[in-house]
Amino acid sequence: MAVDYSALKAGGFMRQMQKNHFSLRLRCVGGTVTAEQLATITEVANKYGHGYIHLTSRQGIEIPFIQLKDIDAVKADLAKGGVQPGVCGPRVRTVTACQGGVCCPSGCIDALEVARTLDARYFGRRLPHKFKFGVTGCQNNCLKAEENDFGVKGGLIPEYDEDACIQCGLCEKVCRSKAIAIEDGKISIDRSKCNYCGRCVKSCPVDAWQGKTGYIVSFGGTFGNAIQKGTELLPIIEDEETLLRVADAAIDFFDQNANAGERFAKTLERVGWDKLQEKVEVAYHG
Amino acid sequence: MADFNITDSVDITDVVCPVTFVKAKVALEELEDGDILSIHLNDGEPVQNVPRSIKEEGHKILKLLDNADGTYDLIVRKVGD
Repeated sequence: MAVDYSALKAGGFMRQMQKNHFSLRLRCVGGTVTAEQLATITEVANKYGHGYIHLTSRQGIEIPFIQLKDIDAVKADLAKGGVQPGVCGPRVRTVTACQGGVCCPSGCIDALEVARTLDARYFGRRLPHKFKFGVTGCQNNCLKAEENDFGVKGGLIPEYDEDACIQCGLCEKVCRSKAIAIEDGKISIDRSKCNYCGRCVKSCPVDAWQGKTGYIVSFGGTFGNAIQKGTELLPIIEDEETLLRVADAAIDFFDQNANAGERFAKTLERVGWDKLQEKVEVAYHG
Repeated sequence: MADFNITDSVDITDVVCPVTFVKAKVALEELEDGDILSIHLNDGEPVQNVPRSIKEEGHKILKLLDNADGTYDLIVRKVGD
């Protein structure tokens, strides 16, 4: 019987240059793997592979040198230890995330939790071409939001409480976009300059700056053959429900408008960014 | 500075990140709960990051004094033992 390579690829088995060997991609969300899963992966890599794993460019794990004849046994062994195969081909790929909100002092959102939500909603969904989500916790952008078809960046929308303020001047110093100014002991913020980095909120010694969590979304990023940085089309999003509505609108737009084998950026170039803009604005306003 | 009864002071203008914070932290560790430390620090990266790290450690920042010479004095009250 002929080997169905596309079915294997859809199930995370990447055909190697060596005949009848596959590098098995695993399902990882936000680069987080439990110790129990690691032990299972170690066992499988030793038993069926060459005793090593490869860390992918998108925070995933692949076990190379799995033989065609062992595929079912490998899947069964992995499943016992709570490890699922990943995906490849034209579908929603691994959702990447930083540790913002879990243990990073700079994080403005729980990036891992957002990644898990996106993974549960979209992972593996069949589309005209690959589609990548990435979630980064703050403006430091460790997870490079704009290199994804749909990038999410955490932000804090700052609110100032004059009564609590001690006029120490720290917020003006830490504001890298020069949005905060102090004149005659009065603090003002230029909203058009604020990039929601949250540094004022995090550094204020008396919590006179409070921050409301927000999501900054970028569309159409890709860093493969033709590099393009994702573009922001919307104001900062203030709740997860709206974020998911916008994500639904973007992915449906891609599904309906893209040609087979065409990345989101190319579709937008061909069909028109304004068309997506209309759709995501409707989603944004609910 | 007359507003505060400074217990001790530390100069961190002679070191760079991350030693700036480490030096300030060590100085704070030598103090008692409620003591006040004056930290002399440089403009730029130190003033952007050191106060925030000290806040995250749970200490109370009382004042940031601009010396108008590219340095600041950060007045901190130690919280905890």
